[in-house]
Amino acid sequence: MKNDSAKSVELDRNDSVTRRDFLKKSLVGAGLLTLPGLLPGCTWEEFSQKHFSELAPAELEQVLRRLKDQYRRCYGREFQLSATGPLPETAFAYALDLSKCIGCRRCVYACAEENNLSRSDPQIHWIKVLRFPNGSMNPEDAERYYAPDKVPEEGYYYMPVQCQQCANPPCVKACPVQATWKEPDGMVVVDYNWCIGCRYCMAACPYDARHFNWAAPTLPINEINTHTHYLGNRPQEKNVVGKCTFCIQRVREGRYPACVEACPVGARKFGNLLDQDSEIRYILEHKRVFRFKEELNTQPNFYYYFS
Amino acid sequence: MMSSSLSIVPVFRFSDFRYLLTGLAVFFLFMLLPDTGLAVEPLQEYPVPPPPFSEGIFPCSDCHRDLEVNTKKRQLVDEHQDIRLHHAEQVRWCLDCHDANDRDRLRLTSGATIPFTESYLLCGQCHGTIYRDWRAGVHGKRTGFWRGPKRYLLCAHCHNPHAPAFVPLVPAPPPLKPRPGNDRVPTHEKRPH
Amino acid sequence: MTEQSTIKGLLLLLVKGNRWYYLWLASLVLLILTGACAYRVQFDRGLIVTNMRDQVSWGLYIANFTYLVGVAAAAVLLVIPAYLYNWKPIKEIVLLGELLAVAAIVMCITFVMIDLGRPDRFWHLLPKIGRLNWPQSMLAWDVVVLNLYLLLNLLISWYVLSNLYRGTAPNKTLFWLLICLSIPGAVAIHAVTSYLYGGLPARPFWNASIMAPRFLASAFCSGPSLIILIFQVIRKFSPLKVADEALFKLAEMVGWSMFVNLFLLGAEVFKEFYSNTWHVSHIQYLFFGLHGKTQLVPFTWTAIAFNVTSLCILIYPRTRKNLFTLNGACVMMLIGVWIEKGLGLVNPGFTPTPLGEIYEYLPNLREITISIGVLAFGLLVYTVLLAIAIPIQTGDFRARTDPP
Repeated sequence: MKNDSAKSVELDRNDSVTRRDFLKKSLVGAGLLTLPGLLPGCTWEEFSQKHFSELAPAELEQVLRRLKDQYRRCYGREFQLSATGPLPETAFAYALDLSKCIGCRRCVYACAEENNLSRSDPQIHWIKVLRFPNGSMNPEDAERYYAPDKVPEEGYYYMPVQCQQCANPPCVKACPVQATWKEPDGMVVVDYNWCIGCRYCMAACPYDARHFNWAAPTLPINEINTHTHYLGNRPQEKNVVGKCTFCIQRVREGRYPACVEACPVGARKFGNLLDQDSEIRYILEHKRVFRFKEELNTQPNFYYYFS
Repeated sequence: MMSSSLSIVPVFRFSDFRYLLTGLAVFFLFMLLPDTGLAVEPLQEYPVPPPPFSEGIFPCSDCHRDLEVNTKKRQLVDEHQDIRLHHAEQVRWCLDCHDANDRDRLRLTSGATIPFTESYLLCGQCHGTIYRDWRAGVHGKRTGFWRGPKRYLLCAHCHNPHAPAFVPLVPAPPPLKPRPGNDRVPTHEKRPH
Repeated sequence: MTEQSTIKGLLLLLVKGNRWYYLWLASLVLLILTGACAYRVQFDRGLIVTNMRDQVSWGLYIANFTYLVGVAAAAVLLVIPAYLYNWKPIKEIVLLGELLAVAAIVMCITFVMIDLGRPDRFWHLLPKIGRLNWPQSMLAWDVVVLNLYLLLNLLISWYVLSNLYRGTAPNKTLFWLLICLSIPGAVAIHAVTSYLYGGLPARPFWNASIMAPRFLASAFCSGPSLIILIFQVIRKFSPLKVADEALFKLAEMVGWSMFVNLFLLGAEVFKEFYSNTWHVSHIQYLFFGLHGKTQLVPFTWTAIAFNVTSLCILIYPRTRKNLFTLNGACVMMLIGVWIEKGLGLVNPGFTPTPLGEIYEYLPNLREITISIGVLAFGLLVYTVLLAIAIPIQTGDFRARTDPP
């Protein structure tokens, strides 16, 4: 299993060398002529950057360095930007206890801070907390903008929705340029430097989990999280799509996602499906779980349950 | 066949009494052992942050050292009037959980005492299934590493043990409604690229 | 030498014209420039300057794209009677229809480009050089078939025109091959565009197998009605003759297409409202509004009224063969289908969102300005193509047979 995947990566790398040459030859002329006038601030290096999976280790290193420079110039902060690969023997999954969730939105804002999401114009939230009246799970009855003095409210329950990291993700199928894909350890990720911003994946997602950066993000300098991952929470690009990655920058280092840590009632559970002793296995074995919109066969790695 | 099956019917004989005595002796010996909590939870440690005491209240022995122990169930009038017991209060009072002799420890029904940092043992006596889920990291909050050291929260961090119903919170503000066609470029916040 | 004179001749064709021709060109260029300026702002600041948001992430641009794919596909309605049935009145004008398809696809591609967040990364779509996600992505399919269809129409037009220009007879086999490709090509661009929507289980309003036939039926309404109108303009301002007979035949076909279109719409409306599942909310939003949000309702009923009225006009022979009522019907149909296949298709697909939110999208002035710029660009392309094609077709522009 492991050897196979390593091999295929190797092949990709070899293939990429010739592809890169071809690309350079064919695009250098046309690109150089049209670009400088068209795209102020866009360098040739940025324009010609290859797809993430085709970057040789040295090239990836160079890309990370370039991005860090860019962030330093822009925010005046030193960024830690990694591209840690998928963990072996790991299949991430998430579970959320709807009996516990009180709809306080702590997760929403913890996520925005952890992932350097635009604060306003546009305000981007990768987590949406829906309020349902008891007895209904029809999204049309859901309210996202509820604002009572205190939560939980009598007669309602709350259902946070974020990327469900589907095993059969409709967004990945939709993307015309393979800018989004499913990592072997379970996260659906986006190469923000490859996305062309067509927003077809947003139309394809049944969970409203994909978010377009309608403008470059607005980030208060003192709230920037400089601990970042290439496929995760680095400051987003203008006019491309971003999404929840279960905090790839944290979980690939063994930590819990930010929303798990923020939840004051412990409704959010995360772990490795392949680990017999993980919380997630315990929940699957002891609780009655369900998956949102199961009829669409998206096969989420995100389980809801009532305890 | 018939006779042998009938012999199952217990008939108390005096000679059996010694077994009973031995059993009782073992039981009482066990009770005399120092309170290590060993019998309840010997296997795993649950790292927790300090228990959520009110400011300056711990150690309790600072005050109680000089007070006479009064084990009579009664309304408290001199101290602790702020505590309103809403936790099966008909059948319970302070000294069911707080140890009468060592106020810095809690007391299990077995009589064994435990420190406040292990209060989950106390709660787990009644709330068995929840305690089971909590140990698995499923009830309540756990932080740290999904693959590595985890930090648990005590039951008391979320539930006031004297009135355990979860206290409603002020929610974080609702998301902004989408504003169409916005031309304004904010200046106070930084936009890259 | 001859090549040089041909190019010179072509350039002359483009600059030759009366006052109206220049005025027309100037106003198109003005509209294009206005659109380009508006686009410049969108490019610099991001798509935030449009009214699109996460809740409704496609808007006017993709609506126009969808509509114009229909217009492009409609050329096939000329190709079939012209070449398969060899019907003379239409055979004389089929080329203009194919050139319209070219212009329409140019507009389609432009609309997609201006809708892209990062048009600078268009090369990611190129097979081999980029990473076209074919055959997984329906958008990848659309990119492929649209470009092939564009190429095909350019080839056919160029082949026919160059033969006319040189006075040579086209190679029958090659010509038929091209024609036989263009007919399924027209169906394909429309079917694939409908699959683009229909293949999304997240959006029940689109996720219907009736989508492809509905797209085709409405394409055969909007495209030919535009052709009917344009051909009257062409015969007024150029020496090219367009027979009334051809227009009426087209009108008849358009009428029946609208009949089929309305029938299919009715089938969809019945299924949604009668079964009355959660999915009904989208079509309810379209026809009656949802939770007091009724922005789209007047548009919808205008479209229905226009489509039904034009159907009546076109089915009844006397009104069909009267240019005044015919033109009225064509205009109504253009607007009706534009609403139906534009915002009436895109908006309710997104509203309510999969999580039940309602955001009422209507394009803002900037989006409209940019769209008008793109339309003007398409018309400019069409005008240039006509300025070359018409003199060749009328025989005014021919290769000089130089005396030896």
